[in-house]
Amino acid sequence: MRVEVDLDRCEAHGECAMAAPAVFELDDEDQLHHESRPDDALRPEVERAVRACPTQAIRLVE
Amino acid sequence: MNELERVVVVGASLAGLRAAEALRTHGFDGELRIVGAEPHEPYNRPPLSKGLLVGDDTLEGCVLHGARELDAIWHLGRRAERLTTDGRIVVLDDGERLSLDGLIIATGARARPWPSGPVPAGVSTLRSLDDALALRQALERRPRGLLVVGAGFIGGEVASSAAALGLPVTLVEREDAPLAGVLGAEVGAFLAGLHRASGVDLRLGTTVERFLTDSAGIAGALLSDGTRVDAAVCVLALGALPNTEWLRSSGVQLDRGVVCRADLRVAGVSNAVAAGDVARWPHPLFGAELVSVGHWTNALEQAAVAARNLLAAPHEREPFAAVPTFWSDLHGCRLRSVGLPGLAHDACTLEGSIDDGEFVMGYHRRGTLIGAFAVNMNRRLPRYRRLVEAQATIGDAMREAAGQARDPAASNAA
Repeated sequence: MRVEVDLDRCEAHGECAMAAPAVFELDDEDQLHHESRPDDALRPEVERAVRACPTQAIRLVE
Repeated sequence: MNELERVVVVGASLAGLRAAEALRTHGFDGELRIVGAEPHEPYNRPPLSKGLLVGDDTLEGCVLHGARELDAIWHLGRRAERLTTDGRIVVLDDGERLSLDGLIIATGARARPWPSGPVPAGVSTLRSLDDALALRQALERRPRGLLVVGAGFIGGEVASSAAALGLPVTLVEREDAPLAGVLGAEVGAFLAGLHRASGVDLRLGTTVERFLTDSAGIAGALLSDGTRVDAAVCVLALGALPNTEWLRSSGVQLDRGVVCRADLRVAGVSNAVAAGDVARWPHPLFGAELVSVGHWTNALEQAAVAARNLLAAPHEREPFAAVPTFWSDLHGCRLRSVGLPGLAHDACTLEGSIDDGEFVMGYHRRGTLIGAFAVNMNRRLPRYRRLVEAQATIGDAMREAAGQARDPAASNAA
């Protein structure tokens, strides 16, 4: 599982960090950091994060 | 899990689409129909008052992902006229009758129209993609003035977008400060200052007496303070009304929306759930009173729970208790709230300072934290969201804030 974030679209809402805190994190400057190859066990959380993103900036690549 | 064979989802926006997806995710393999009044495939509304108006977002970028892959029969450009009293048939505006044994009501809300009759050409509301495209076109013609009536979130965002385009904007608000009824007088004063610092001509405690016209349509308005505003375009941002008329002759209980139980099952019929702006339900965190939450995240999260509860056996159903979250962008400031600040009796600053334009405000009722609102401090809100969820006290929230002040690194230690 590979996670891609389009940082041009990202507006740092932080919904992904709430849906999948093990994969996404906002830093003090509201910049998003993410784990690009998270464990497959986290797939349901990552799928929730993909749906929860208001700007549809997250893509799950198989 | 009960054995539904035919589910109809009425409403093809965020809540309808995500509810339909959730049905499939949870194993529903019967016939699934989705009815949408607009001709467009499901799209994302937040950019309509922001990025789409100023050109940061494209039309294609507004299309919601997932619709094209969904195994469903779409009835787009079709309006549901009514639900039969037994709750088993949805009748569409072209006469087609859709039989069902499960129903998801996600018809959302529409913009509140001008209360006193017809309006001149150039005066419109903003709710749909077509509204937004028409407004964008009107703004591209560089009108000599834009009048926005109502300084709530939509009105504020439209004013902000137009100011960013360099257009002269007049923003008329009946109350003494923008959003003071929801966020309190202090935040209201801050928002008023933000509009004015960005060049918006904000008129508080003022209403539109009547529109002035010329041969092209609107030419301006006469305000209650006796002044006259020039404007070739006007946006009415007067709030929203739930789309429930089609349910009037059904058994569905209506009260400023569709009345639901805590698990989003609809009162008055046995086989329906509701999600999104149209749903009113007793939120377990905020007492017995019915609330409706017209926010993006609420539509998304309710859709998933409503769909699951429609399929679930009675003992498996769960109440919908997610803490609401909301965001808005105003003149480059990032506004965000968690919980329901509008229900609070009192508020205090938790972090930062309003004067610096970077702060978190805590909202409480009888000592219990029920919401928080932040400007330019997005990253702090997940913590307060958890405190609202835990029904913590305002004292707990202040201790959380004080801990943050002592140890700034704590913000990353979630």
